[in-house]
Amino acid sequence: MKCGVVVFPGSNCDHDVYHVLKHVLEQEVAFLWHQDDSLQGCELIVLPGGFAYGDYLRAGALAALSPVMGAVRRHAEAGGLVLGICNGFQVLLEASLLPGAMRRNENLRFQCLDVHLRTERADLPFTRRLRVGQVLRLPIAHAEGNYEDSPARLDALEANGQVVFRYCEPDGRITPESNPNGAARNIAGIVNAGGNVLGLMPHPERCSEAVLGNTDGLALFASAVEAGSRRLQAAGAAR
Amino acid sequence: MKARVTVYPRREILDPQGKAIRDALTRVGFSGVDDVRAGKSFEISLGTADPQAAAGQLREMCEKLLANTVVEDYSVEILGGDGAQP
Repeated sequence: MKCGVVVFPGSNCDHDVYHVLKHVLEQEVAFLWHQDDSLQGCELIVLPGGFAYGDYLRAGALAALSPVMGAVRRHAEAGGLVLGICNGFQVLLEASLLPGAMRRNENLRFQCLDVHLRTERADLPFTRRLRVGQVLRLPIAHAEGNYEDSPARLDALEANGQVVFRYCEPDGRITPESNPNGAARNIAGIVNAGGNVLGLMPHPERCSEAVLGNTDGLALFASAVEAGSRRLQAAGAAR
Repeated sequence: MKARVTVYPRREILDPQGKAIRDALTRVGFSGVDDVRAGKSFEISLGTADPQAAAGQLREMCEKLLANTVVEDYSVEILGGDGAQP
């Protein structure tokens, strides 16, 4: 299956994602430049971490209006898979492909540490290899991961089952102490109503190989690749 | 025509930056600072001479790009012409 990694000026996790998809999962991978209006036939699109457009104005705000995002939007609307990691998640929020917004971390610090995440959905293209309640340990590295929305919209998000990952203790308990940035309801990752666009603040691409000491992130990519391949097969069979 | 757009965190939302600035102001001796909201200000020059059209255009800019209305409010202020009629 062909995967695409979007490259904005200021993206800095693009090669890490490329490496995991290409060398760990042995998929075909293309870099997609932010000025291009084509996804080159890629089935899984990843918006990587970094500081797109230098975080000018707001993190992700200018990247959300770049030409490639028009193509990403059409892909998402057609049911294609889109995964936004850290800054990529911020871009998806600014592009309104996911609801809500990010604010500065509550303690105003750039947070760079391993956190624990509780899996809330295991039936998504990105989480099919996980179990509900499964705890993952993933690194975060961000200054603006303080997820926010109005109480009514947060309630709707929860009612729709769109919260996919929450910051938690190593045993899975959701506590204020396990929340590294002040995010509403410990939210670390959400999905759109269609289930095909996922954004999360932690970095699964930084823990997808045994040599790095942690492989908890690999299940997300492996799940997405598997789901994307099935989607392609189904589309092929329908033709 | 010149205009100023101000964007600031919504009242009902905690502004961590504003709170830190308020605490620092208190620390350096400014007592009685109840609240600080830290925002952004944009000075924008427009080709139009029609203040109403300008205000409409600026509000559209805020909705589309300058503000994230999930967490931010904005205000638009027409400052008048470039040294000509206000």
